[in-house]
Amino acid sequence: MNDKVGIVIVSHSPDVAKGAADMVRQMVGNEVPLAFTGGDPGGGLGTSVETILAAIDRAWSEKGVAILVDLGGAETNSEMAIEMLPEDRQGRVVVCNAPIVEGAVMAATEAWGGATLDEVRRTAEELSPA
Amino acid sequence: MTTTLDAAGRRALIETAAAAVIARADELTALDQAIGDGDHGLNMKRGFEAVLADLDAIAAKPLPEGLKQIGTTMVMKVGGASGPLYGTLFLQLGKSLAELAPDAVPSRAELAAALKAAIVAVKARGKSEVGQKTLLDVLAPVQAALAGGADAAALTACAHEAAAATVPLKAIRGRASFLGDRSIGHMDPGARSSEILISTLAAIAGGNSGAAA
Repeated sequence: MNDKVGIVIVSHSPDVAKGAADMVRQMVGNEVPLAFTGGDPGGGLGTSVETILAAIDRAWSEKGVAILVDLGGAETNSEMAIEMLPEDRQGRVVVCNAPIVEGAVMAATEAWGGATLDEVRRTAEELSPA
Repeated sequence: MTTTLDAAGRRALIETAAAAVIARADELTALDQAIGDGDHGLNMKRGFEAVLADLDAIAAKPLPEGLKQIGTTMVMKVGGASGPLYGTLFLQLGKSLAELAPDAVPSRAELAAALKAAIVAVKARGKSEVGQKTLLDVLAPVQAALAGGADAAALTACAHEAAAATVPLKAIRGRASFLGDRSIGHMDPGARSSEILISTLAAIAGGNSGAAA
């Protein structure tokens, strides 16, 4: 299971996170480790470092994990979560600068083909304007 | 000015600062509704309520350790971008004051150096600079005033003026940046919450417990 890069989807909205994950599953099935999280610790719209850490754990792969985020707070909280990981995992988790839905689908497709974390990130980030 | 800051003193300090922010949650949310996603007050309230829930344990620790626990609590409980930003601020303050003697009151020089390092950490966390309509626009001038010898009243005035000075700024970072020019004319909510914290702490240091602006 751990021969493919994992994908984590972090949205302010639990519905957006789940919806994006559904689209990823439809594309790549169950072979890519995938987790999603959305909503703040009070149950409102927002993101939570605690649940992002848990999602990274669920999608963990020895090849690393690529995170796709929506708005700014999701990025800041994801970067904070990465810093709070055990040291041996920190270098193997990246936040992709890419649109959340398209980025997740592209990243997962690349991961499904066995690409490295760096390749997965580059493919997702090709979607962003330079 | 007391010469020691024991567990009871730390408890009062944290409790008063947390209560001051919680009491202004509605005001902070209203500011954020104008230019952000309208959750700053609620998020800060949730973070500081979580701090208060652990108040005895935090106050029992030496100041640097207590500050780090406050930082971790803010990171975990706040939810918005202000969680990692304020969390990083408190975590770095704790790290910078690590050498503080038990129950000692940090000196002006120690506080100014710690705040300076914390501002650098917050800038890195938010990929932001002074002048972009964020909490940095309050923290940076207050740090300069602190380093320059300002007393409690002058620090409070500095924080107040700095928060007001975010009104005409255009947001470059955070959700407010989506508004572009329409962010002009509103005070930044993070600048206001920083002002509340600073004026409350300055009031305590100056001997007027709780008399925040």
